[in-house]
Amino acid sequence: MKFGVLVFPGSNCDTDCHWAVSELGQEVDYIWHHQTDFNGYDCLILPGGFSYGDFLRSGAIARFSPVMKKVKQYAQTGGLIIGICNGFQILLEAGLLPGAMKRNDSLKFICRHVNLKTENNQTSFTNKFTHGQVVSIPIAHNEGSYFADEATLKVLKENNQIIFRYCSETGNTSEKYCPNGALENIAGICNKEGNVLGMMPHPERAMSDMLGSSDGRMVFESIIAASLQGRGKRDE
Amino acid sequence: MSDLLSIALELGLKEDEYSRIVKILGRQPTKTEIAMYSVMWSEHCAYKHSRKLLSKLPKSSPYVLQGPGENAGIINIGEDKAIALKMESHNHPSAVEPFQGAATGVGGIVRDIFTMGARPIASMNSLRFGNLSNPRQRYLIDGVVDGIAQYGNCIGVPTVGGEIYFEDAYAENCLVNAMCVGLLEGEKIIMSGAAGPGNLVILMGSKTGRDGIGGCSVLASEEFDETSANKRPSVQVGNPFMEKLLIEAVLELKGKDLLVALQDFGAAGITCSSCEMSSKGEAGMELDLDKVPQREPNMAAYEMMMSESQERMMAVVTPEKLEQFMEVCDKWEVPASVVGKVTDDGMVTIRHKGRLEAQLPSKSLTDDIPIYCPEAKEPPYIKEVQSFDPLSLKEPDDLNEALLSILGSPDVASKKWVYSQYDHMVQTNTLLLPGSDAAVVGIKGTNKAIAITTDCNGRHCYLDPYEGTKEAVAEAARNIVCCGGKPLAVTDCLNFGNPEKPHIFWQFSQSIEGMIEACKALDTPVVSGNVSFYNESFGEAIYPTPTIGMVGIIEDIKHITSIAFKEGDAIILLGETKAELGGSQYLKVIHNKISGKPPAVDLEKEKSLQEAVLAAIKQGLVSSAHDSSDGGLAIALAKCCIAGGVGAWISLEYNNLSFAQALFSESNSRVIISCKADNAQKIQALCENNKITCQNIGQATGQSLSINNTINLPLGKLRDVYEKSLEKQIVGGKS
Repeated sequence: MKFGVLVFPGSNCDTDCHWAVSELGQEVDYIWHHQTDFNGYDCLILPGGFSYGDFLRSGAIARFSPVMKKVKQYAQTGGLIIGICNGFQILLEAGLLPGAMKRNDSLKFICRHVNLKTENNQTSFTNKFTHGQVVSIPIAHNEGSYFADEATLKVLKENNQIIFRYCSETGNTSEKYCPNGALENIAGICNKEGNVLGMMPHPERAMSDMLGSSDGRMVFESIIAASLQGRGKRDE
Repeated sequence: MSDLLSIALELGLKEDEYSRIVKILGRQPTKTEIAMYSVMWSEHCAYKHSRKLLSKLPKSSPYVLQGPGENAGIINIGEDKAIALKMESHNHPSAVEPFQGAATGVGGIVRDIFTMGARPIASMNSLRFGNLSNPRQRYLIDGVVDGIAQYGNCIGVPTVGGEIYFEDAYAENCLVNAMCVGLLEGEKIIMSGAAGPGNLVILMGSKTGRDGIGGCSVLASEEFDETSANKRPSVQVGNPFMEKLLIEAVLELKGKDLLVALQDFGAAGITCSSCEMSSKGEAGMELDLDKVPQREPNMAAYEMMMSESQERMMAVVTPEKLEQFMEVCDKWEVPASVVGKVTDDGMVTIRHKGRLEAQLPSKSLTDDIPIYCPEAKEPPYIKEVQSFDPLSLKEPDDLNEALLSILGSPDVASKKWVYSQYDHMVQTNTLLLPGSDAAVVGIKGTNKAIAITTDCNGRHCYLDPYEGTKEAVAEAARNIVCCGGKPLAVTDCLNFGNPEKPHIFWQFSQSIEGMIEACKALDTPVVSGNVSFYNESFGEAIYPTPTIGMVGIIEDIKHITSIAFKEGDAIILLGETKAELGGSQYLKVIHNKISGKPPAVDLEKEKSLQEAVLAAIKQGLVSSAHDSSDGGLAIALAKCCIAGGVGAWISLEYNNLSFAQALFSESNSRVIISCKADNAQKIQALCENNKITCQNIGQATGQSLSINNTINLPLGKLRDVYEKSLEKQIVGGKS
């Protein structure tokens, strides 16, 4: 299958995402933020970083980037999209995912491995996980405290859109295991249709034991499996 | 006094230096010309007090591709790859405005690396502050760490390690030394010498504003006093987003072979770049300041020439390649303007609004500078501190408490609060996380990795600058060896007081002597570096702090070794513990004393030890390795236990020493190794061959650290103290 990694000015996890899917033997291209006419991709990755310097607010300028019009169309036609860290923030700003991101409650940038509980393994991004599986994937962000109003949260729950929650090593999702103050320990969500995922942790940084964990591979392996089953619509 | 002379004095030049300028030119200089000399002849740019001694440092080895003199040093790591390295201070700006001071320190050092055509792959930093009980020190560390984090995280270069120490001597002059390492692929290196008369001079990056005027001359080349806060306008403001764009644009320009020469704007802005590029290229340069993109209206020529606005670079490009050059800059949205051309007359010529503002021989600004050889005189405190005998102090009754106090002291405690604010994983090459002896960064596409460390024990250097500096080099190399690497090269950052004072210059010259000896003995030439003088306030200098940044090569990533004990491992101590409590953490924390003779370094023994450890690691005999330094053996053992999540049962033979000496002496040339029981004999044999003392001191087991049945501490308690103390003292102290 073929991945496309979006590159905004200030993206800095683009090469890591490119490397991660190449490691899994997949084809992958970079897609420049001015491009509006790309096609032939089975999954788009919006990588982490500081798009446009994160001026105003994380992701607030990137959503106006020319490439985003095409990304929205791609989402509407069922294409698979994963936004990681700044990519998640851009998806929120662009309205492709519900809710908003606040600064971490410590008001500090946090970079470390965290435990995540897999709340929904029936998606194109988590089909290689078991339900409730606890995995270790690192976070690295300053604005990662997910927030949504009550009505939105209710809808997220009803549709099983909460995919990952921060937890303890044994899967306890009590507030004290939340690194950043996120609402109900939410670390990753998908849209109602299940083809767009946003997550703050970086699966591309957890590709081998030498890097501290290989649990991140499962996210990309899930996408590959889903694509092979014809989920997500190849955009032609 | 003439008006021109008084302008010169105000800008930091001395009266005889002004006369020298008049003599060189054979006429009175213009105001702009005085400004240019004042920055180029400042201590910061000209190294006029240090140049002579620095020239004696070893600079070459078979690995060195580029020694001192360019933006960064470069070493060959094989497979058509090379590593660029450089360290630089940003002490004075950080003391005045910690956030921007530290942030622009990172920006400057990262630019030095990619200016050579290397992709920055790792940053390190070495920091010094005063005592954390003082709220201003907590403000400083919070601001400095935040500045490093915001800048480094944004540009996507992992900050993988460093060191932080707290001493009263740094209360008024904190130290912020930033190091960056870059990867060069293929043979091409970008140099800074302007060549080819008629080639175009291009200014790229941010616009030029009035920020940072006099940063290097007024801020970095003078002592501080009560007016220092007024120097805040001399601190620059960083824009990491522009830096990130510059990195990508420059690397693309290099890839497409569109550059003749490139230089970043460090201290002294346009002046420094135009003079240095001309001088190095044996050429001249003609610049028209009207073409310089300006952030503010009505800037005078001297303001533009002295501005230290950040994120700017000067490129030399052939006219044929201009269009392609501009296409790359447009793609990355990096502003770029042609501001002049290369000439063959050896002169730097500056025009503004049709007026000739300056016309100076470039060499007179870079080479024909005043060189000083100040008097060096041993300060009286040296004899006093070195005659102090630590044994005259009563040892504490409860050594368990003493161990915990040292483990939780801010120098020794885990720096997790700091490094968790740095993105240390981006680029997915970080193979040993911070908290190890050295940082280890993998090189994709090969089986190799590089190990990076920074080291300097300021207390030891204060008590004996010669031995202390030897130790800094030896310890840096030891740290790299413990991670499985072979030490290759040094970049240094030499932080001292006012060199015009004989006592300070003595410290400096002793330190350089020690460095020469250690770098020669350990085959680690100095390929780049920086000197920061005038770290003094109200007449009191910092401890002499010659920070050593070192890079080593790990030939195969399977050699990477951590400090973590593994359950069931045999524990072996290599090297000898001597009665060396002088300058130790034990004296500082338990007895509130900074005195005594610091531990000596036997360089021959050090080299044998390092060879033995590296051989053992390469033969696959070792499961963990950790050097015993700050805090002594007891602290090193505690850290290995915490990292491994396993306790240790230790039995030490300590002959003529007291038990406190055995635990806390900071003798050099010692390494704790753990290994599978079957491998212990082979390691002992290796040590015998290398004439290194080697004792089997115990086993990694259980959930507490027990030493000779006297120290008995549960692992949970050790971890709690080690991991939480620093945060408590920084954040907890705020209320």
